[in-house]
Amino acid sequence: MQNRREFVKEMVARAAVLGVGTQFAWGQSKAAQKSKVVIVRDAKLRTPGPAPDEKRIAALLDHAMQTYFSAQNPVQPWKKIVQPGQVVSLKLNALGGRAIAPSVALVKAICERLQQAGIKGGDITVWERNSRDLEAAGFKLSNAPGAVRFLGSDTVGYEDTSVNYGSVTTRLSKILTRSDVVINMPVMKNHNIVGVTMAMKNMYGVINNPSAMHGTACDPYIADLNMIPQIRQKVRFVVSDLKTAVYEGGPSYRPEYAWNEDGLMVGEDRVAIDTICAQIVQRKRAEKGLNTLEQKGTPLTYIATAADAQHRLGTNDPARIALIEHSIA
Amino acid sequence: MRFKAAVIAASLAVLVLGGAGCKKKAVDPFPASGVVAGWDKGDKTQTYDAANLYEYIDGGAEQYISAGVVGVSTSDYKYQGSVEVTADVYTMKTAEGAKTIFDADPPTSDSKSVVLGDAGRAYGQSVVFRKGPYLVRLTAFEAAPGEGDALMALAHGVEGKL
Repeated sequence: MQNRREFVKEMVARAAVLGVGTQFAWGQSKAAQKSKVVIVRDAKLRTPGPAPDEKRIAALLDHAMQTYFSAQNPVQPWKKIVQPGQVVSLKLNALGGRAIAPSVALVKAICERLQQAGIKGGDITVWERNSRDLEAAGFKLSNAPGAVRFLGSDTVGYEDTSVNYGSVTTRLSKILTRSDVVINMPVMKNHNIVGVTMAMKNMYGVINNPSAMHGTACDPYIADLNMIPQIRQKVRFVVSDLKTAVYEGGPSYRPEYAWNEDGLMVGEDRVAIDTICAQIVQRKRAEKGLNTLEQKGTPLTYIATAADAQHRLGTNDPARIALIEHSIA
Repeated sequence: MRFKAAVIAASLAVLVLGGAGCKKKAVDPFPASGVVAGWDKGDKTQTYDAANLYEYIDGGAEQYISAGVVGVSTSDYKYQGSVEVTADVYTMKTAEGAKTIFDADPPTSDSKSVVLGDAGRAYGQSVVFRKGPYLVRLTAFEAAPGEGDALMALAHGVEGKL
């Protein structure tokens, strides 16, 4: 039984872990205290070419965001995430090239909504760890003042001072440290070390030394990295492009093991997002007659670590995740 | 930094192009534009060694490092000006290393064995084969009519240069 002082102490600790007072508030049902994850799919998303239909991807984004925030118009959700005058960045996972990266059309739609929510174009940066990955994903590098920037950390650089938490000692990208809010834009892939890569693993792209953190199935590195205050607090929302996903052979793009999910996944709880991602990839592997990720030797332990009492980055308990799935085609 | 990169690239060129040190004559594994009908090679050929392979394939690097990768040489191609393909030529220390990587990929319902190098497998949008210490992977980024045959032609073009 907690006394009042212990209770207040725990609440303060939880608030500190969550980073900001409002975090998780948007996507939680107060009664059940569940983390909301929204997936919206559109079977007509694809065009004959490699890019998705721009209008349909924008509509998909609006539908997902309005569902998540129970909002009446498409700008309202973004006003809950950002405030005018803030510097906002979109951290993509573009490492697999344009076939398995957030689409240009989706990024464009988000940038438009952010600007409608009061963020100046010049205060928005779309970024990846390496410039060449952005280019390979179809983005044109740009650092023009007054317009949305498209940059790699390799050109902007990393902070001189290291930060650390637990097993992690690293230097953060200056794009991250100069941002007030980061929108995390991962893609859903199998990963032959950790099982799946989605929201939390995408943070390996905001540091200078990701290769140093791949041992022991990236556990506890992934959870510890996400505990670093600048990551935990600034990375406020996840918008994942599910147009294409990979169930085997990842994290590289492997068309033979890819499938078309043709949707978006959005949410705040990075652990819940990764948990749902793992479920979907496991389901697809079973459908294809492959063994489970655990049997493959990639037991996804980092997700449980992120949810444990030391980290409390979110929930990996399916009973505490409110998964909402819509189809708009 | 630039000098170091140049040294790495030069070293890899010798290894990748020279057959893991077994051959004295350097061989470029990538057919030039037009050598294989319909295929144009991109301007850049990039190389990575075991130490910086993660920059190219992130966590996928571990599998190759465990199997004894020396480096990878990669170049883009376009087929008839539209279909884009990435050609990766991994050089392993031994032919057994190339076999380890090749065998790790489970076949799919639409994959088929093909006569390429020591062993080859074709999928709808990709072709993988091994030849000696080399593991070659051709990956198309979108499906297109006639793509399978075109990929096989390019694969034969690469195989002929190894």
